[in-house]
Formats: sequence, C-alpha cells, structure tokens
Amino acid sequence: MEKTNKVFPGKLVIGFLLSIVMTVLAAWIALGTDFSKSVIMWMIGALAIFQAGVQLIMFMHINEGKSGMINTINIVYSVFIAAVIVAGSIWILTTGHAAH
Amino acid sequence: MATETSLPLEYSTKQNEMNILGFWIFLGAEIVLFSTLFAGYFVLEGNTANGPAGHEIFIFKDVMIQTFLLLTSSFTCSLAIYQMRNNNVKGLITWLVVTMALGLGFLYMEINEFIHYVHEGATLQTSGFLSSFFTLLGTHGLHVTLGLGWATLLIIQIARRGITPVTARKTFIISLYWHFLDVVWIFIFTFVYLRGLVM
Repeated sequence: MEKTNKVFPGKLVIGFLLSIVMTVLAAWIALGTDFSKSVIMWMIGALAIFQAGVQLIMFMHINEGKSGMINTINIVYSVFIAAVIVAGSIWILTTGHAAH
Repeated sequence: MATETSLPLEYSTKQNEMNILGFWIFLGAEIVLFSTLFAGYFVLEGNTANGPAGHEIFIFKDVMIQTFLLLTSSFTCSLAIYQMRNNNVKGLITWLVVTMALGLGFLYMEINEFIHYVHEGATLQTSGFLSSFFTLLGTHGLHVTLGLGWATLLIIQIARRGITPVTARKTFIISLYWHFLDVVWIFIFTFVYLRGLVM
C-alpha cells in the first residue's frame, strides 16, 4: 500500500485547474478573438493536445508501474495511427483524386 | 522513481499488472476507433445537403456546460483513486458516486441536445454532416452510458468486499476508461463544436 499521508491532492487539483483554464482559453480564442480561422484551429488544436497530455500524465498515471514505458509507447503508437487515419482520409477524400 | 514495493495495491499481483497493461492496449484500440469516426466527420462536415450547418444548430452555452460536467467528473474520478490509495473506502465510494452523478448530468444534457436537434429538423438522415456528427457523438455518449452501468456494478462490489487487490485493480481500470472518455470529449469539443462555431 502506498503511504500517501498527504491530505490534499495537490497534483490532481493542478491538473483540474489546467484543464479548466485551457478549455476556457480555447473557447475564448475561438469565439472572442479575430485571428484567421486556420490560426484559431492551430491554437485550439494545440490546447486540446496539451489537455489530453494533462489527463494522461496527471490523472491516468501513464508512467506508473513496471509497464509505464510500454503504456507510453503503446499510446504514442496509437496516436500516430490515429493521425495517419485522420490526415490521410482528409487528404485522399478532399484533394480531388476520389472526389471526381 | 518508485520501487516495486511502493507501488499502489492495484499493481500488487502479476495478474493485476497484466490486466492494467491489457486495458491500456484496449485504450490504444479505442483511440484508433474514435479516429476513424473523426476522419469520417472531417470528410463529411461540409456536406450539409441543404440541412443546417454546425454553427446554425450548436448552442455554445450548453456545450460549455457539458464540457465542464465531464471535466469535473474526470477530476472527481481521480480523487476517488486518491482516496482508494489512502485506503479510504467511504471516500472512494463517495467520489465515485459524485463522478457518476456528473456523468449522468452530462448524458442528460447530451440527450436533450439531440432531441433539440431532431426538433430543428437536424436528424441522422438529413445530411452527411449530421450522419457523421451523430455517429461520432453517439459513440462517445454510448461509452459514457456503459461506463455508468459499469461503475454502478463496481460500487456494489466495493461496498460488499472493501478495497482488495481485485477491487482496487477494477476501480483503477474504470478510472482509466473514464479519463479516456474525457480526452475524447476534449477533441469533440475542440474539433466539432468550436470548429463548427468558428467556420
């Protein structure tokens, strides 16, 4: 049993505050600023990735245990496959090769 | 770095370690599953077929409420694990119940949102955009629903057996599932709702 004698889960509160701040910031950038649409998408996309990182590291303890490194490699690989599927689908289906 | 002896109870047996690793691999497959739904959505989002576009039907305030409900539930779920690691059964069950209540609130908002859309004439059959939208959001909502049923059964088991290596492992695994659903929602929030409202 882990000896966690701390009464206050500081790391978790910080993770929660970070996710709230990033969500509000993303909403403000999207609806409250005059940046161009592509700049907005890059910024809020980056915020989404940071927020996913906060969840994985601070809440899901991805590095924990003997399989911590395997977990990390597995998730990074899955994200790579996901990126290929999403970017590849958009590329193939919107550049005209399949559309015509 | 923590040594083996200082690891929490849920890692205490070989079986538990393997189950937790197995669940991480399952989450990897879930990432790919959701990526195919996102890919379909991005390809079809412009095909509104004379039906409404995203910015015409999305209600920003409701989306923010849903987002905060789910973000908070992810936080309370992490508090449940924190209590479990302090060997506090009462704290563990309390935070799990709070997590479920927030999840239920999210689900209520989402179902109301869908009913609202259908009344506005935005149904699954209306356009490619809406078909892919409802498929993506519906798959996420179905995961949340499943998680609520799973958590209910688990709370009954914890109440009966207390915190043992087996219940600790099961609770840790459902916490991974719940945080994962929050991660998926962050991407839905950003790339479906905010993107739809900006475009």
